[in-house]
Amino acid sequence: MSRPVPSTDMSDEIDGEVPVTPERLPIVDYLKLGDDPHLLANECTTCGARYFDRRNACAKCGAVGFATVRLADRAVLTAFSIVHRAAPGIPVPYVSAIVQTDDGTSVRANLVGLDDPMKAELGMSLGFTTYGCGTDDNGTECVAFGYAAV
Amino acid sequence: MSDAVWVLGASMTRFGRYPDLDTVDLASQACIDALADGGVTIHDMDILAAGTLFQQSGMGQRVQKQIGQTGIPVYNVTNACATGATAIRTVHLAIKAGEAEMGLAFGVEQMGKMGLLRGGAKDEANVYEPSGRYGAVAPIDGILGTETMPGVFAQAGMGYAYENDGVGFEQFARVAYKNHLHSTLNPLAQYRKEFSMEEIMGSPVQSYPNTLLMCCPTGDGAAAAVLVSEERLRSMPTEVQNRAVKISASVLTSDPWVESGQVQPDVNTLTRNAAAQAYEAAGVGPEDLDLVELHDCFATAELIHYDNLGLCERGGAGEFIDSGAPFRDGRTPVNVSGGLISKGHPIGATGVANVYEVATHLRGEAGDRQIDGAKVGLAHVIGLGSACGIHILEKAA
Repeated sequence: MSRPVPSTDMSDEIDGEVPVTPERLPIVDYLKLGDDPHLLANECTTCGARYFDRRNACAKCGAVGFATVRLADRAVLTAFSIVHRAAPGIPVPYVSAIVQTDDGTSVRANLVGLDDPMKAELGMSLGFTTYGCGTDDNGTECVAFGYAAV
Repeated sequence: MSDAVWVLGASMTRFGRYPDLDTVDLASQACIDALADGGVTIHDMDILAAGTLFQQSGMGQRVQKQIGQTGIPVYNVTNACATGATAIRTVHLAIKAGEAEMGLAFGVEQMGKMGLLRGGAKDEANVYEPSGRYGAVAPIDGILGTETMPGVFAQAGMGYAYENDGVGFEQFARVAYKNHLHSTLNPLAQYRKEFSMEEIMGSPVQSYPNTLLMCCPTGDGAAAAVLVSEERLRSMPTEVQNRAVKISASVLTSDPWVESGQVQPDVNTLTRNAAAQAYEAAGVGPEDLDLVELHDCFATAELIHYDNLGLCERGGAGEFIDSGAPFRDGRTPVNVSGGLISKGHPIGATGVANVYEVATHLRGEAGDRQIDGAKVGLAHVIGLGSACGIHILEKAA
């Protein structure tokens, strides 16, 4: 129905060997890592509606078939908020963004790479990027995605 | 004879913080007052609907044990910030269905100083393991955008600013200026202090463009309403009939699918749908409204609902606030109670309190904050997830 989770992807490459802890994991399974990191979506094969999460059926049309598609990397900023107050442990301020990719899919992520958050501007052109956002007790790096001005 | 449903009695506690009371105290007070206001007793009720978001189940039954256990059916309802409106709608449906002649709806919440809603703290223990429907290995709040309420509603407002001219920080701030100003006249408001535009724009930023003074507080409170069928109302004394307020529309919607809905809750479409249904049912238009209580959980939210409820031209919400139209002396007074921003937002109580506020104006009993000659009003709430409740009320002819 949906794509395999990336950790399964990685274990496929070491088929037959003792599983090892991957050195990098995407923060969510719709982020595909590798040489050309990008976002994936579950696309309804009937109506084309896209979802990042696992769905039992399409919320738009009710059909149950999905295919995995790649999202465009380029996007435009359609809404944002500069968050100054967050739960403990979350660095502030940061720019929370709603972007629309060139192929018409809305994505929520942080706007990254701005030296001043107030430089965020509605309608600005953005590109997809990834960055490390933490390391667990096994030394595995967590990789997040964001959008930066281009 | 029409089959309309009427508000016979209504009440609310002052919103605020009540560390020495519990939710049962607050709800019981509102219920006892609403029954007395309608000149009826718990023994006249055929149904009870109880709304609360954070309390354990059985809220309605717990209140019955304080105000009267008469064996009537109790519906405990929860629907995010539309919980109170859903309680009213539940009683309304029962009366419409002919299963009840009279019923009591209440909403209550005790939040204290709960602080920021939503947004998870980072987990300390750490071995990354994909889990959940997104296969997330760590909490995503603050990394893949914000899940906090001030931020989500900030983005809703900025989405409107992206699509429409004349909307920015100043317009959002003016909404908060208005509601704080209005609250100075409302003895039931949690806060009753006027703030200047400079103070509002200069208060600590929570999630730009929402500053602290553009966000509703958490708090405690309850509200209740007694609803009655038209037929039963007509059997009551004339003075009772004259104080009753007609429910011309009672509508509840959820959010239909939209492309962006999976990453940013769409608070617009379901409000537009509810408004269209409500105006159609009531046979009135936005131009007929003498006052509106709408869901200003954040200043950014109020502004976009001017447009969603049709109070302004499409795309004209910035101009609408700048023109002074939603101020209490303007064309369409909005949130003359002070709104959620200053009156407060004990979540379960809000959707009943809004109906109380509108009904009180239509009865001409709103004291210093009275909108003179008010005949038609609208109460709107929205809960993320999403649920939207709209009630249009009319003064007795």
